[in-house]
Parts: sequence; structure tokens; C-alpha cells
Amino acid sequence: MAERIKPAEKFKRDRVPMKEQDPKERVKNFNEVPYGYSLEEAIKEAQRCLQCKPAACVEGCPADVHIPQFIDKIIDEDIEAAFKEIKITNALPAVCGRVCPQEEQCEGNCVMNKKGKPIAIGRLERFVADWAREHGIVDEDIDESQKKGKKVAIVGSGPAGLACAADLAKLGYDVTVFEALHKPGGVLIYGIPEFRLPKSIVNYEVEQIKKMGVKIYTDYVIGYIKTVDELVEEYDAVFLANGAGAPSFLGIPGENLNGVYSASEFLTRSNLMRAFDFPEFDTPIQAGKRVVVIGGGNVAMDAVRTAKRLGAEEAIIVYRRSRAEMPARAEEIEHAEAEGIRFELLTNPIRVIGDENGNVKGLECVRMELGEPDESGRRRPVPIEGSNFVMDVDNVIVAIGQNANPIVARSATGVETNKWGYFVADEETGKTTHPKVWAGGDIVTGAATVILAVGAGKKAAKSIHETLSAQ
Amino acid sequence: MARILKKEQWSDTIFSMLIEAKDVAKASKAGQFIILIPKEHGERVPLTIADSSKDEGWVQIVFQVVGKSTLELSRMNEGDELYSFVGPLGMPSEVEKFSGKVIMIGGGIGIAPIHPIAKTLKDLGNHVVSIIGARTADLLIMEDKMKEASTELIVATDDGSKGKKGFVNMVLEELLATEADNVDRIWAIGPPIMMKACTESAKKFNKPIIVSLNPIMVDGTGMCGACRVTVGGKTKFACVDGPEFDGALVDFDELMARQRQYKEQEQKALELYKAKEGLA
Ligand SMILES: Cc1cc2nc3c(=O)[nH]c(=O)nc-3n(C[C@H](O)[C@H](O)[C@H](O)COP(=O)(O)OP(=O)(O)OC[C@H]3O[C@@H](n4cnc5c(N)ncnc54)[C@H](O)[C@@H]3O)c2cc1C
Ligand SMILES: Cc1cc2nc3c(=O)[nH]c(=O)nc-3n(C[C@H](O)[C@H](O)[C@H](O)COP(=O)(O)OP(=O)(O)OC[C@H]3O[C@@H](n4cnc5c(N)ncnc54)[C@H](O)[C@@H]3O)c2cc1C
Ligand code: SF4
Ligand code: FES
Repeated sequence: MAERIKPAEKFKRDRVPMKEQDPKERVKNFNEVPYGYSLEEAIKEAQRCLQCKPAACVEGCPADVHIPQFIDKIIDEDIEAAFKEIKITNALPAVCGRVCPQEEQCEGNCVMNKKGKPIAIGRLERFVADWAREHGIVDEDIDESQKKGKKVAIVGSGPAGLACAADLAKLGYDVTVFEALHKPGGVLIYGIPEFRLPKSIVNYEVEQIKKMGVKIYTDYVIGYIKTVDELVEEYDAVFLANGAGAPSFLGIPGENLNGVYSASEFLTRSNLMRAFDFPEFDTPIQAGKRVVVIGGGNVAMDAVRTAKRLGAEEAIIVYRRSRAEMPARAEEIEHAEAEGIRFELLTNPIRVIGDENGNVKGLECVRMELGEPDESGRRRPVPIEGSNFVMDVDNVIVAIGQNANPIVARSATGVETNKWGYFVADEETGKTTHPKVWAGGDIVTGAATVILAVGAGKKAAKSIHETLSAQ
Repeated sequence: MARILKKEQWSDTIFSMLIEAKDVAKASKAGQFIILIPKEHGERVPLTIADSSKDEGWVQIVFQVVGKSTLELSRMNEGDELYSFVGPLGMPSEVEKFSGKVIMIGGGIGIAPIHPIAKTLKDLGNHVVSIIGARTADLLIMEDKMKEASTELIVATDDGSKGKKGFVNMVLEELLATEADNVDRIWAIGPPIMMKACTESAKKFNKPIIVSLNPIMVDGTGMCGACRVTVGGKTKFACVDGPEFDGALVDFDELMARQRQYKEQEQKALELYKAKEGLA
């Protein structure tokens, strides 16, 4: 049991930094960048927590993680208890500890912000989950007497589907998840790169959910093999969590040239299909010497850092606004900068140029300046006339966002969608316009975050339980 | 799941397999495809559903060995399980009872995917004229099955070793020269260059032609955009908007260029695999 230090000391202490791979080395491999805390480091950081009542941090957490409680157990050096405390509400702690935008959520709310740096809640969550995995700590088995004899179908095994499945399984429901790809996990598996979220960690947390009795059928595309209408017939409730998977393109000339990728294709080839291990794995990928990624969000950062690791001598971000408007997490931008990514800000692509074989050889861009604020409140970028220039490039990766994929929606009679094809669902319950169908995650909100998807899955589980218990 | 029930070799490079896949067989319609991964390190290989039996719970695939993945698949045996098998994918063919004749053209390995569409059209009571062709007699597949699925069957080979001598598009053009008025719709499936040629012929006679495109795919569910093709000046995803499109609107040159995207890597993978397995 570590000592509990006085508040005055807490304020004096700095946030414990997390060691990470040297940028020069890490651009040559796909291993995880941050190493995670040691037990000593975790305790030292945990000791800073003020144990607020009520806890502001929890209010910022869409999964309602019992933050002060689990942090307190770390100081007790009872990591198993800390793990169980987290697991009460969050089935994916090792994932969330790594990829949640903590600075906007729990850590953004932490009262320590007023005095200095917030408690490193994400790093502590990650530490606890990793420790539990390494020590083989599992959740208690499901209490068989709780069985409800009711069946729920879930479409999609991303964070929304998995979170909903875990909560319903705990409550005693018979849960089946249908997944289109050959591996469960959604974006966690096919989108977020190995160096940020090792796939072995996602697989482990998915296995834990399976151990709770959840059945996951992979290679099962709802809309083709079975419709949502059929699921509604066969199950007591259906939760649609199929994500927003369809890639957007810019609509500029030359976009179908060889060497132009959507970020989803580029990342799927690399992550899900392990193209970074080609020819050990059979899926090829092209990463030329000069690769441009268009966009300024997390997806763009992931794509550009992947390109660098695949051997690009120069990997460049082209973004039409300035650094201040970039939607990516600060940490991601800093990691990219440390790895030598070049940023061409206030720059907009207007044409992809090809050679005689249909391969990309250049990208024509125009410089931009910021004009008056638009409806979103951000200053609108306007092209500077006559500033066009051409960059020599081998690959162009388009990372400007995702749309709703229509396959699920067109097989779901009576489930209303909005004009962009997203399901219309109540924010608090996930209820759709169909009495037996719930929806949540990116397919309701548009591309968002892992933890918001987890939160949506949990809300739907609660609402499904309330509805089915009342019947 | 996805066990190889039956394997046949139809030529040097063409194989047929019946795959156990009850749910896929039950749901599949003419014109759709599956994606399989032979073994764990494998890539996702799209193949058309050539036939299926709802009662017996299998799906037939017919494939040509062109690179590492199809070679590896061809070396798997009855009783083996595929690492992954997903389907049916893609939009089913739009079939109906036409008042005039329909012409079905299958070139090379394209005979396999044209078969279920011809069969469905014939079952709907259509007069089905099929033209099937291959480079040489040994490569001609599914002749008996196509005979059964057609009202009339015309065979052509490039070298004249069987049936008419010449390309299927030439046979099409001859047929249209005398019968164009009686023809309502044409389907052509085969290598892009053949579909392009057939489209040219159909255009001359102002006849609608449907082609089935086979761009490189990854997920096959509309998530990655690898399969994008230009149709009527617009970008479409072949896996979810197709694979069948109005041939007259397809940019075949772009399709062909995009298919060559990974030529170097594919060659390297094939050579390494052959060396590792001790194959010539
Ligand atoms: C490259 C990238 C990086 C990101 N980085 C971060 C980050 O660092 N932090 C963060 O918080 N968020 C990040 N996000 C966003 C976050 O991953 C998503 O908001 C989140 O995954 C959404 O979860 P979901 O469960 O709604 O959908 P998804 O994760 O998209 O899962 C949906 C699942 O449904 C399946 N599916 C689709 N259609 C069907 C069908 N017809 N039948 C059966 N299954 C189907 C899909 O295959 C998929 O597995 C990132 C996103 C991307 C693309
Ligand atoms: C909808 C669809 C239906 C198809 N149906 C059949 C069929 O019934 N029978 C058949 O023999 N072939 C079919 N194909 C083509 C088949 O998928 C490719 O021949 C196969 O993927 C080649 O893999 P490989 O590793 O052996 O060859 P590789 O050496 O990898 O590639 C050889 C060539 O095959 C094509 N190809 C490679 N990878 C893919 C991929 N992932 N998707 C599509 N094409 C690719 C490219 O043109 C490439 O240059 C179909 C393709 C599509 C898209
Ligand atoms: S707000 Fe910060 S200090 Fe307070 S309990 Fe939460 S983590 Fe601890
Ligand atoms: S293959 Fe990925 S979108 Fe068609």
C-alpha cells in the first residue's frame, strides 16, 4: 500500500510522463509508440488524484468509468480491484485507455487543470487493463440464474456493438453480433494503426466479451445474407452499430489514378490485411517515396504516419486550413511532427496528375488564406489566386471523412434515416422509429470517437433492457 | 464452415470448387459474388457465384489461376476449410421476362459468372442465345451447363479448335447484323478487353448491354473504395453499386489500368511462393 499524500504535495507534483519509442527508431517499425506506465509510475501518478466528490472527471466520461475509485485502488496497489472497478462500466479499457480523446473528456474536466496538468486518467486506465491482461485477471463469470431467455441481435462489432453486447450479456441476454469483416473490432481493427493500438489488445478484449457468452459471427453482411427485417422477426431486439464506413473523395480530376487511395483502403490494407508484412502476408500496398495525405483529422495523421513507416522518404499532410483548426488530437499532431511528417497547411488540392500508365506523378495544389468565419464559426479558407503549384508525388491518400454505407439501411423497413443516410435515433436511448430496433455509434452521429460509440452502445443496452423487462 | 466439398480441375489453370456455405447458398442470387481468404496470411479474393444449391447448402466457384492467391487456392483439397468466406455480395442481376431474345456472352473464365444469369433468364421463360468462347478448345468450360441454360448455344475459339473461329464479339456482331430487331438485352462477362469490344458492337446496333466488372477489391462492402470505376462520368463502387453496369457508360481503359496496379508486387509474391513450395 502506497502512502496517500497531502493535497499541498499533490499540487506540487508534476504529471508523470510516459516513456515512448524514439521517433527515429519508431518510424521504421509498427510497434506501439508509448510504452505505458510501470507500477511505480502508475502509483506516483495516482497519488496526485484529489478524489473529488462529486468527480468532475466522471461527468466527462461517456462510459461513466468509476475514475476516482479505480485510481484509489491503484494507490492500494490492488490493481485487480482497480480493474474490476473499471470493468463495471467499460468492457474495452485497454482500447479506451489508448485512443480516447481524454483531453476533451475525463482529463478535460479534471479539477487539477486549474492548478496544472490533469491526472493522466487515460494512461492509468491503460496501465490497469494491461496489468490485468498480463496477469490473466478475468471478470467473474456471468451468473446463470440471471438468464432472461431473450435474444438480441447486434449488427457490427465496432466499439458500439461490443459495448452493447457486453452490457446485455451481463444482464443475462442471449446476444449475437453479426460482423461483415473476417475479424471483429470495427475501426479498432481495420482503421487505427498497430503502432497506436496493437491488434493483439483489441483481440484480447473481444475474447473477454466472447467469454461472457456473446456469440460473434464474422463474415456475415447484414443486408445481403440476412436483412434487418429478418433479424427483427427472429430476435427480441436489434441494435444497429454498423459504423460510417463509406469513404468520401474530393471529386477532383485524376482521383481514380493508380496510387490514389482512400484512407480507409490504405489503412485497411495495412492493419486488417497486414500489408506492412507483405509478402509474408499476401495483400499488397503501394507506398511510394513521396506520399501526400489530404486532411487534418486523426485519420489523416494515422495514414501519414503509416505511409512513413511503409518507407516513404517524405510523407506530407496537405490541409486547407491552419494548424489551429486541425481536428486531429494535439498528441497525434505532435507525434507526427516528431516523426518528421511535413505539413503543408493552408493548401488545397485541385487536381491529381498521372503519367502515361495511369499512375500518380503529381498533385496540383493552391495556397489558401483564412477569410471570414463560416456557419461553423471557423474562418473559411479561400484560395489565393495564381498561387497554384505542383508537388511530385507517388501516392495521394484522401482522408476527408466517411459517409453512411447504405447496405444495412436499405434492408431495414420502418427504420428512419436522415438525409445523409444516418439512422435517426434518440440520443439518450438509441431508440429508432422501429419499436424493436435501436441504433448507435458512428451510424447515428457520423464519424465520432470510440468512447462516444461505447457510450451509445451502453445507452442502447440499458434501453433495450428496460423495454424487454417491461414486456 | 466454408469447407471444400468437391474440387475439379477443368483445364491447366481452371478449377471448380463446391464450398459448403448453407446461409450463403440460401441468400444468393444470380450476379452476386463472394470474397474468400484461402489461408490465414491470405488476401481477400472476390469470385462470382457460378452456381448454388439451397437444398444441399453449397456454392460453386470457378476460378483461373493467375497469381499467388488463386494458385494457393487451387492447391487446397476436398475437406480443407477456407480461412474466410463471405457472401453473397453485390447487387443481383436485374432479370425479367423480355419480349425479344437475350444474348449471353461468356469469355474464358467469364462463362462461369454468365451461367447463373442465363439460367435464371431461361427459367423466367426467355429465349436465351448464348455465345461462349475461349482461346482454345481446352480452355472452354461449362459447355454442357450452358447448353442447358440456353435456348441456343454458339461456341467460338480464337484458334478455331472448336466451334466458330474468332472472338465472341465477332460472333455477336454477326448475330446482331441479322437479328438486331429481335434482341432486347445483351449480357457480356469476361476479360475487360472482351467486354469493351462487345460493348462497341452493341453500341453500333444501339442495343443495351450489361457487363460485370472485376476491379481489384478489398472489403467488398463499400468501405474502402478500392473498386471504384467510372460509369457515365461518375465514380461508382463496383462492389455495392455493381458489379453489373451499363457497358455503354463504363470507362474500360481506366478499369484496365487500375487492375494493373500491383503488378510488380503480385509477380514478386508469386515467385516467392513458388520458390518456397518448390513449384516450377
Ligand atoms: C483511422 C481512424 C482512426 C481513428 N482514431 C480514433 C482515435 O484515436 N480515438 C477515437 O476515439 N476515435 C478514433 N476514430 C473514430 C472511431 O474509431 C469511431 O468513431 C468508432 O470506431 C465508431 O464505432 P462504431 O462501433 O460506431 O463503428 P465501427 O468501429 O465503424 O464498427 C462498425 C462495424 O460494423 C461492421 N459492419 C458494417 N456494415 C455491416 C453489415 N452490413 N453487416 C455486418 N457488419 C457490418 C463493420 O465492418 C465494422 O466492423 C478513428 C477512426 C478512424 C477511421
Ligand atoms: C466481382 C468479381 C468477380 C470475380 N469473379 C471471378 C471468377 O468467377 N473467376 C475468376 O477466376 N476470377 C474472378 N475474379 C477475379 C479474381 O478475383 C482475381 O483473378 C484474383 O483476385 C487474382 O488473385 P491472385 O492473387 O491469384 O492474382 P494476383 O497476382 O494478385 O493478381 C492478378 C490480377 O488479378 C486481379 N486481382 C488481383 N487481386 C484482386 C482482387 N482482390 N480483386 C479483384 N481482382 C484482383 C488484378 O487484375 C491482378 O492484376 C473476379 C473479380 C471480381 C472483382
Ligand atoms: S477530477 Fe481529476 S482529481 Fe478529481 S477525481 Fe477526477 S481525476 Fe481525480
Ligand atoms: S471493395 Fe472496398 S468499396 Fe468496394
